[in-house]
Amino acid sequence: MKALRYLLKNPVSLFGVLLLLAFVLIAIFAPVLAPTQEFQMSAYDTPRAGFLATPQPPSAEAIFGTTEGQYDIYYGVIWGTRTAFKIGLGVVSISLLIGTIIGAVAAFYGGLLDEFLMRVVDVFMAVPFFIAAMMLVALMGKGVIPVFIALTTFGWMPYARVIRSEILRLREMDYVHAARAYGASDMRLIVLHILPNAIFPVLVLATMATGSMVLTASALSFLGVGAEEGYADWGQFIAYSRNWIIGQSGNPFQYWYTLAFPGAAIFLFVLSWNLVGDALRDMLDPRHQAH
Amino acid sequence: MLNYALRRLLMLPVVMFALSLMIFALQMSLTPTQRLAAYAPSPDYLKGGQESIRRMIEQYGLNDPFYIQYGRWIGNVLSGNLGWSETARQPVGTALSSLFPATMELVVLAFVPGLLLSIYLGSRAGIYLNKWPDHLIRFFTIVGWSFPVYVFGLLMLLIFYSVLDWFPPGRLSHWAQDVVTSNQFVRYTGANTVDSLLNGNLPVFFDSLRHLAAPAISLIYVNLASMTRIMRTSMLETLRQDYVRTARAKGMLRRVVELHHARRNALLPVATIAGMELATMMGGVVITETIFDYAGLGQFSAKAAANLDFPAILGFGLYFVVVLVVMNLIVDLIYPLLDPRVKTK
Repeated sequence: MKALRYLLKNPVSLFGVLLLLAFVLIAIFAPVLAPTQEFQMSAYDTPRAGFLATPQPPSAEAIFGTTEGQYDIYYGVIWGTRTAFKIGLGVVSISLLIGTIIGAVAAFYGGLLDEFLMRVVDVFMAVPFFIAAMMLVALMGKGVIPVFIALTTFGWMPYARVIRSEILRLREMDYVHAARAYGASDMRLIVLHILPNAIFPVLVLATMATGSMVLTASALSFLGVGAEEGYADWGQFIAYSRNWIIGQSGNPFQYWYTLAFPGAAIFLFVLSWNLVGDALRDMLDPRHQAH
Repeated sequence: MLNYALRRLLMLPVVMFALSLMIFALQMSLTPTQRLAAYAPSPDYLKGGQESIRRMIEQYGLNDPFYIQYGRWIGNVLSGNLGWSETARQPVGTALSSLFPATMELVVLAFVPGLLLSIYLGSRAGIYLNKWPDHLIRFFTIVGWSFPVYVFGLLMLLIFYSVLDWFPPGRLSHWAQDVVTSNQFVRYTGANTVDSLLNGNLPVFFDSLRHLAAPAISLIYVNLASMTRIMRTSMLETLRQDYVRTARAKGMLRRVVELHHARRNALLPVATIAGMELATMMGGVVITETIFDYAGLGQFSAKAAANLDFPAILGFGLYFVVVLVVMNLIVDLIYPLLDPRVKTK
């Protein structure tokens, strides 16, 4: 109810929620919107109409046009939505799981173990995320799975930190002492009593991170170390536009469609997650009420 | 104060050691044959068939236990030997240090104006909470935050290069490149803007600014949101403090209280995350430099990653991490000067 009232008062946040819903629908109905064709290795393998190097403008066969190498941009954008959800949600939920376990263990057992785990977090935090991910993917080789592993390896730390500090705060609350006095086990205390109360700030963090994980994954594809050639991934399609975007002299917008459609897709996708995360944060943060 | 600084300094080797272990572990995930490429003086050595490869693996001890290999590697690194980069056709160390000034130039030119802008926008948004300047600023920054730097960068290239022809890609125009490489031009730092000023050559200075503008604007805009956001929240918090209310109650002008009393204290959290923000921005350099064909560390690393030039990638990672750790240390050491409360802790 409170959430609904907030949304109605903040049209921008409402827009974010609707946008996200639209992407969910696109991802669900991808097989209907862009049916797979014969001779495709998998649904994520973008079909191509020939091998001509020059991008072709939108037409009846390819309504968003084709890239260099004749990949169908429409197909890539539609199925790229699924790729984005898979990477965003997958990476974030696994990082969340790892972070939660490590943060919970550190907070609950304290002492040397806590000190050690937090220093490990510090070290992982000291490496710039994008560069670390790029190094790891380059070492593992192209593909969605290596991207997935790299983003998770360097993405779990913020959750560990937040969970740890939340648990440290909650642990001293009376209701936890009461539960302990009843003889609840450590496991039961953490899972049933503490985590449900600690999860909200983490949820905000996770929502915000989903968009940025997709950004990073696409950036890797853009640099040519991410998804395989022809894989339906927005970053990949933007990479295909790189050589063409400045157009020809006298006609700078000649190849506008190579950037416009995949660019808009990724921008709107990330925007929707950020708006939703922003709204969540505002709702949960008392400082953001008017003074 | 001295105590605090000392503790920070003592942590440094520990962090460095752990980071070096991490990078080495990355390297060890490759097979000995792949790692051999880092030692082979020329590609011909790898074409000698299974027998010669095996002999070389033996010779360089690539099958030794982890700690022995680590010791050997760290010894090499400390003596400045990071291996040979196929991409640069130079030793990795030489390539990195020759490209470092170019990247630093870009990062500084993006970071400082970006910081000032987010302080300005964030405090404005905080003062006008939930009024139209606030909504406008939030929208503007969140749009920038959602823009992938490569999409925004390509747009900038389209607008400012193809359409307007103001900011060309690259690092210098051909004529300026000729000036810079000539004998009369002394290279003090390797950063074109600084060197051209020191040499008193204004045309080259403006030319290098022209090339820096578009990548710098891209970096600033996509990184603006988080610091603006922190500044806004912190401003909101400060505006609720008693001393602000007291100052207002004494009849001081709202503007004076907001800008002189509240904003100063609201700056602290921004200083805290400035170091992290710098790290994010330096990560963004990889793509920005690639798009604008700006020959710096970022472009080099992207090329190395695409070419599977492992010594270059790992050397770059190590180099970058060292730079960042040192920068963070500087931020940490400056912090107590800004906030006297830290000293007592």
